[in-house]
Amino acid sequence: MSTRAAIVERAQALYDDLSLGSVRAWCAEGVGRKAAGYLPVYVPREVIHATGMLPVGIHGGGDRLEIIRGDAYFQSYICHLPRSLVELLHTGRLDALSAMIFPSTCDVIRNLSGMWKLLRPDLYVRYCDVPQATERSTGGAFWRRELETLYADLAEVAGVAPDLAALNRSNAVYNEVRRTIRALYAARSDAPWRIPTEELYLLLRAGEVLPPEDFLTMAGDYLRATALDTARPKDRVRVVVVGAFCEQPPLGLIKTIERAGCYIVDDDFLLGNRLLTSDVPFGDDPLTALSDTFLHHAMASSILYEHAPDGKKKLLARRVADARADGVIFAAPSFCDPALLDRPMLLAGAEAAKIPCMAFQYSENTGQFQQYREQAGSFSDSIKLWGGHP
Amino acid sequence: MTTTAPAAVSADRAPKDRSMQLQKDMIAEHYRRLEAAPETHEPVVYTFVPGNLTELVRAFGALPLLPEINALQSGMRGMSRKYIAEAEKAGHSEDVCTYVKCDLGMLKSGNIGPTGTRLPKPDLLLLSYTGCYTFMKWFELLREEYDCPAVFLHVPYQGDGKVAPEHRKYVVDQIREKIIPALEQVTGRKLDEARLSELLGYSRAAEDDLVAVLQSAKHHPSPIDSWFGAVYYVGPIFSSFRGTPEGAAYYRALREEVEERVARDEGPMTPSGRLDEQKYRIVAEGPPNWTSFHDFWRMFSEEGAVCVASTYTKVGGTYDFGFRHDPSDPIGTLADYCAGCYTNLNLPQRVEMLADYVRNYEADGFLVHSVKSCNSFSAGQLLILREVEKRTGVPGAFIESDLVDPRYFSAANIKNRLESYFQMLAARRGAGGSLPLGVVAGGAL
Repeated sequence: MSTRAAIVERAQALYDDLSLGSVRAWCAEGVGRKAAGYLPVYVPREVIHATGMLPVGIHGGGDRLEIIRGDAYFQSYICHLPRSLVELLHTGRLDALSAMIFPSTCDVIRNLSGMWKLLRPDLYVRYCDVPQATERSTGGAFWRRELETLYADLAEVAGVAPDLAALNRSNAVYNEVRRTIRALYAARSDAPWRIPTEELYLLLRAGEVLPPEDFLTMAGDYLRATALDTARPKDRVRVVVVGAFCEQPPLGLIKTIERAGCYIVDDDFLLGNRLLTSDVPFGDDPLTALSDTFLHHAMASSILYEHAPDGKKKLLARRVADARADGVIFAAPSFCDPALLDRPMLLAGAEAAKIPCMAFQYSENTGQFQQYREQAGSFSDSIKLWGGHP
Repeated sequence: MTTTAPAAVSADRAPKDRSMQLQKDMIAEHYRRLEAAPETHEPVVYTFVPGNLTELVRAFGALPLLPEINALQSGMRGMSRKYIAEAEKAGHSEDVCTYVKCDLGMLKSGNIGPTGTRLPKPDLLLLSYTGCYTFMKWFELLREEYDCPAVFLHVPYQGDGKVAPEHRKYVVDQIREKIIPALEQVTGRKLDEARLSELLGYSRAAEDDLVAVLQSAKHHPSPIDSWFGAVYYVGPIFSSFRGTPEGAAYYRALREEVEERVARDEGPMTPSGRLDEQKYRIVAEGPPNWTSFHDFWRMFSEEGAVCVASTYTKVGGTYDFGFRHDPSDPIGTLADYCAGCYTNLNLPQRVEMLADYVRNYEADGFLVHSVKSCNSFSAGQLLILREVEKRTGVPGAFIESDLVDPRYFSAANIKNRLESYFQMLAARRGAGGSLPLGVVAGGAL
């Protein structure tokens, strides 16, 4: 088996393992090792990592989990992600986690933090409210203090003393992680026929459960392997997929989009792993450095207030231009407030820039892809026939 | 997030209390001033109910206008179906908050407000981001429609069930550094803190009287309906009249009216007439439905059910748990107010509040009305149901509809569930409370 195939196979196995076997194994390898889970979209993993705990992205059960108890907790008009999360909890699949962090993504994830407190009173549970004010004196001071509290609490869970040097080291590790992810995205954008999004996605999912140092090795090996790929480009259009930043699409849907005639050249899957677009500087106050980087270098996304009046209008035109894309696919989970409330604004901006767009909704457990194949195929054909982004 | 106060809407099919007429006149005058604002040059500030800074807005001589109020009133007036369709036609998803779509549809349809007057464009969008994610998107959407400045106040959620000092400071600093300068720029005035304190004094007086009204429901029979009736009572204080002499006068009159009913052992006026014979005392979680408001209320009153406490009437402030605006700390008290609104509380706090209501108001049951539109309220309500049952031993019921989308109000289904629930409460009472919990209206986990 080639290096690349072995990497993809391992990533697929990690993706399929909803019981977090790799996390359990990592915890078992050292005395006192612990893991902390976080939900999408953005949680400062550096702070978890600096305590010695393993940061673990919890992204639901996808299409690989039968929901039995989870549905009893949510009405039909709530998205699917929390159902599978509760199912994972009740079936013991999350038992390896000593802490859970719920970021301010939407009201469902926010309320889920309270549910977790009620369902698992023995666990450290924190709602992580990222700042919406961007001034250093307000949002910066607030976020710096939140990071400090989170770090102190997690250090207590981990049984270690807060350590500024450890924070600086973790900041550096995640700088490297983000640089690597950006390199992967750039490589895919340059030659999407060499890096199918299905593979890239599996690799990034592996990065959600592996120690970041292991992910860096894996991703580096993958990048080197794909550089040797001699595949030739196919007649496909280049698309940006937006809206899938929280509840993740099933892998089959990602494959379907590409097989229907589209190369995904930019997306917001697992957005939290690269939300910061700049390195966190090394220094005497690593928490302030992390806070400032969030304040000034967080990607525009639906989880953050858009302070610029024309920000939404211009966002997709910029992303499409950066990715040299032909069109945009809005792929939002059903009942996803952030994605669906943003869609009309983003769509208006894209249409004003004459960017072809299409939209559909999915759930993490969507199992039938024919309709998506037809939609994406028609979209691709229409761009080929009548042209894409000028 | 869902907010309250059908203030300007007359309960056409229900006899009116004196206070209702008083309120109707106040609201009509407010909308008249809003309509005239382009000529009188009174600045207009759009904002939301939870975390509203009405006293501050008023201290600058500006008029507040609350889009959720317009949406719910459109629902009560039978206009929301058309407005929602208009918004969906423009590309808004079926899955999202119908308040937002109703408001945007109203805007696209000429922006005629609930009293039939044209609503003015905002001079400022004051987004108080308190307890509801959708608020953020709502004002981003409105900003696309209006060429006006917007200012953002981030109120941290009480994830740990408390307001940490640094959270309070964050809100205070934002009010001082962003909100006040934005209001100064739009109105051309400097903030007069003495004037703000004076207005907060009116708030405090009104809050004392409102709490007396709400707590009157501990009396048997309850002189008020604390859900359907109380959405009228909280109308002025949750919207444009907190911190005004008219608002304070309204609450004094309302309190006197309710105290008279207590003295006479009278129940509240309902769509079925005065409800003196009260068979079931119910605590309600969640907002009511607005498109079939009176039919929904009648399903309770015809069964002799009165709501003695509700959480929905706390979305604009949890005064009955002790909070009062403090004129001696005008900015700090606004921060405290914002952080304490109901939907800014975490789920364990919400469970505890409901359990307190069930115990303190001697309720026979509690009802969760879950609305499709509002994840802030709805996500987690099935767990709330179970936890409150566990803590109080009182059975809960669970029904579903929506705020202002009539497509989601299934009258026959809801009536059937409610009747079964009330029958179960009666049977349970007859059996000495020994029947199992949560057996009727679904939601058992």
